[in-house]
Amino acid sequence: MSTHLLLSVKNIKVEFDVNTQFHLPWQKKETIKAVDGVSFNLNEGETLGIVGETGCGKSSLARAIIKMIPSKSGNVLWMGEEIFLFDKNKTKKMRKEIQMIFQDPLASLNPRMNIGEIISEPLRTHYPRISKLDIKNAVSDMMQKVGLLPNLVNRYPHEFSGGQCQRIGIARALILKPKLVICDEPVSALDVSIQGQVINLLKSLQTEFKLSLIFITHDLSIAKHISDNILVLNFGKVVEFNSSKEIFRAPKHSYTKKLISSIYQPKIDF
Amino acid sequence: MIIFKKNIETLSKNLSSDEIQGRSLWYDARMRFFKNKAAVTSLFLLLAILFFSFFGPLLAQWSNEEIDWNVLGDIAILGSPSFETGHYFGTDELGRDLYSRVIQGTKISLMVGVVGALIAVFVGTLYGAIAGYFGGKLDNLMMRLVDIFMSIPYMFVLILLLVIFGRSIIMLFIGIGLISWLDMARIVRGQTLSIKQKEFVEAALATGVGNFTIIIRHIIPNLLGVVAVYATLLVPGMILTESFISFLGLGVQEPNTSWGALISEGAGTMSYGTLWQLLFPLFFFVVSLLSFFFIGDGLRDALDPKDR
Amino acid sequence: MSLLEVKNLNITFDTPEGIVRAVSSVNFNLDKNDSLAVVGESGSGKTQLVFSILGLLAKNATSLGSIKFKSKEILNASEKELNSIRSKKISIIFQDPMTSLNPYMRICDQLNEVLIHHKGISKKEALQESIRMLDAVKIPKAKNRINMFPHEFSGGMRQRVMIAMSLLCNPDIIIADEPTTALDVTVQAQIIELFKEIKKEFQTSLILITHNMGIVDQISKKTLVLYAGRIMEYGLTKDIFMNPSHPYTRGLIEAIPRIDLEYESLKTIPGDPPNMLERTKNCVFRSRCQKPTHDCKEGNIPMGLIEVNPGHWVDQCCINCG
Repeated sequence: MSTHLLLSVKNIKVEFDVNTQFHLPWQKKETIKAVDGVSFNLNEGETLGIVGETGCGKSSLARAIIKMIPSKSGNVLWMGEEIFLFDKNKTKKMRKEIQMIFQDPLASLNPRMNIGEIISEPLRTHYPRISKLDIKNAVSDMMQKVGLLPNLVNRYPHEFSGGQCQRIGIARALILKPKLVICDEPVSALDVSIQGQVINLLKSLQTEFKLSLIFITHDLSIAKHISDNILVLNFGKVVEFNSSKEIFRAPKHSYTKKLISSIYQPKIDF
Repeated sequence: MIIFKKNIETLSKNLSSDEIQGRSLWYDARMRFFKNKAAVTSLFLLLAILFFSFFGPLLAQWSNEEIDWNVLGDIAILGSPSFETGHYFGTDELGRDLYSRVIQGTKISLMVGVVGALIAVFVGTLYGAIAGYFGGKLDNLMMRLVDIFMSIPYMFVLILLLVIFGRSIIMLFIGIGLISWLDMARIVRGQTLSIKQKEFVEAALATGVGNFTIIIRHIIPNLLGVVAVYATLLVPGMILTESFISFLGLGVQEPNTSWGALISEGAGTMSYGTLWQLLFPLFFFVVSLLSFFFIGDGLRDALDPKDR
Repeated sequence: MSLLEVKNLNITFDTPEGIVRAVSSVNFNLDKNDSLAVVGESGSGKTQLVFSILGLLAKNATSLGSIKFKSKEILNASEKELNSIRSKKISIIFQDPMTSLNPYMRICDQLNEVLIHHKGISKKEALQESIRMLDAVKIPKAKNRINMFPHEFSGGMRQRVMIAMSLLCNPDIIIADEPTTALDVTVQAQIIELFKEIKKEFQTSLILITHNMGIVDQISKKTLVLYAGRIMEYGLTKDIFMNPSHPYTRGLIEAIPRIDLEYESLKTIPGDPPNMLERTKNCVFRSRCQKPTHDCKEGNIPMGLIEVNPGHWVDQCCINCG
């Protein structure tokens, strides 16, 4: 595993305005601190698991890092360059290199486009002069890699199951061969028996494409399985950061201990 | 390691097999629409009326301007509908063939309705989508403009325009075009606000797709259901507006005519016993409007978001 | 006499693309104070199964067979008869707590509505009863929070409110449709504990629907494993965990997320849930079975439950496979 530093997040803060009913101009606006000073580093080829309960700020953190929502303060260094200083062109280039997979498999696909169009959209966006044949081959190749039959390319998202939709999302994210993929709770909406398929697929594609992953989840057992390091978030603050083995072997913070102990495990010995 | 545990033979067989045709949501909606008897009947009726307006003149024996001097003396008896005289629908007060006049009126009225709806669709959809998507100050400005336009009594403005610039079809189109897109813009903006929150729009943003491409590729196709329904219900509204203007005598100028003008004339001569002058244009008017309403209803049911 | 007896239940849906066989040949009993877990992936027919008990199926559904509640036939009963059972005798907690509550009504109004409608008591009494029930489901400061709106509650809290609502009329059976699926893993444990306490305190029978075998061991006495609308395995939860005799059950058990074990790759059941429009000859599971026998692949072995141990039923065609 190379120790080449890919992403460096320093003290990032994200705040949302709370819409109070009656707000006079001189009254101080109420804000919610979604992310309250988070810092971490990610090396090439590593997987970072970001774990926390609903509302802890993990999704806001992910979106702030790639400039999908504005941050109040902080720095994000992508391959040594400050992301928040990027102009429009550099931002677009960054989007080629950092891709995202979303939580709701069906909702993250445009219902009016067939999956061929969905998977090829990143190609058409960043390489507008690419030929139709090249697109067709790239899409077909990607579909096979994620375990979908290429002859389904004209089908629409609603004709697929949840697990298959998530594979389509993965194909779309990987077709540009990005360096980093941020996975925002990619398996939370799937059945337990299908979750494993998608996770195993991500792991094998990570090896094949030499990807780095940021894996956001509320489920520690999944985070344990896929992450090298785990970052535990609570109320927008980093509570603990350690390798996933260490976090489970010797959790330091009380909140981490609470998280680990409150996971339900079957008591029948089987 | 591919997750599917199919053996290599079936995989290669499938690779060479033809691409399976997908079943888009529009296809599903079409199927649902054609199961709706009222909507399909209305569609046929409308198509029949359209057919009539195009090919009807081939059967006409009189043009719409020609005055039949034979019937002028006693319209009530001589001007009544008959096949011998060639006046299938009878004549109007001035002895002109009502059949040709009704065809003329149908063409004009339908054109006004459809053109008005088309202006509403194009201008209103783009305007509303841009305002809704970009939000903030731009949205505020654009919507306040819409509010200002809406608050001006349109009938008053329309009549003013027609009086100042003279009665003509062009003026009518301009006037109706100025007001028809406002409601559509409002509706499209509302829909855009909810669509832009969806995850697939977020996914497109994360991919780096440009803003206008997102509006055209992601937002507008998902609006079209609502737009289609509203447009079909807009057409009768346009026709009614135009008919009212013509009824007042301010609409299309002679020798052009529209359903409104014909109904106006027909209503005026009711007491003379020449009921056909009212009934024929009224029949086409009512059937067309009801058909549009049923089709709009059918479209709404077919494009029900629940089954989307 | 069993509280609920389901015999030979078959549910089909008439869709434009063809007939969908959602549930086929399902038999099970539920006694008083009993608890049953119905386990299966999405699309296995579990929700349709319980909807048929309460007559909540869509209009294009046809249900055949028999469902007897307290010896009275309720399958395809009239709306009037079903309304006398719904919420009063059999109540249901739906899947998504985020959308199950009316966002425009306060919690107190929603709870009172159930009580006033079914028990005919006054608003004051209904409020008292509602507060008592919210306390029973461990909502802190119930008296203050009862006047709040649903959006002011977290997901876990909303689920507790739903559970409280289902208990208001002291029903004989509570059906919980994937009660923990939309919640965080850490809240899951609390809700499962709550169900355990509720069962003990209120003496209701429970039918729990889930796709995760991992949560059924403490709540349900019996487990029914459903695939493509057919029973694959049925018996005491203990027996099924100790001796899973169907490859699908084994797959579901292996898929349970564990933090105490290490694996190279997560165990999973390959393939996807079946397309219910297609009719397969005999074994419906063979396309996902890891090691089907030759006879099974040819479709020669018929389906049907056989008793491998007393009270432990397995679909006969899969016993030799996997």
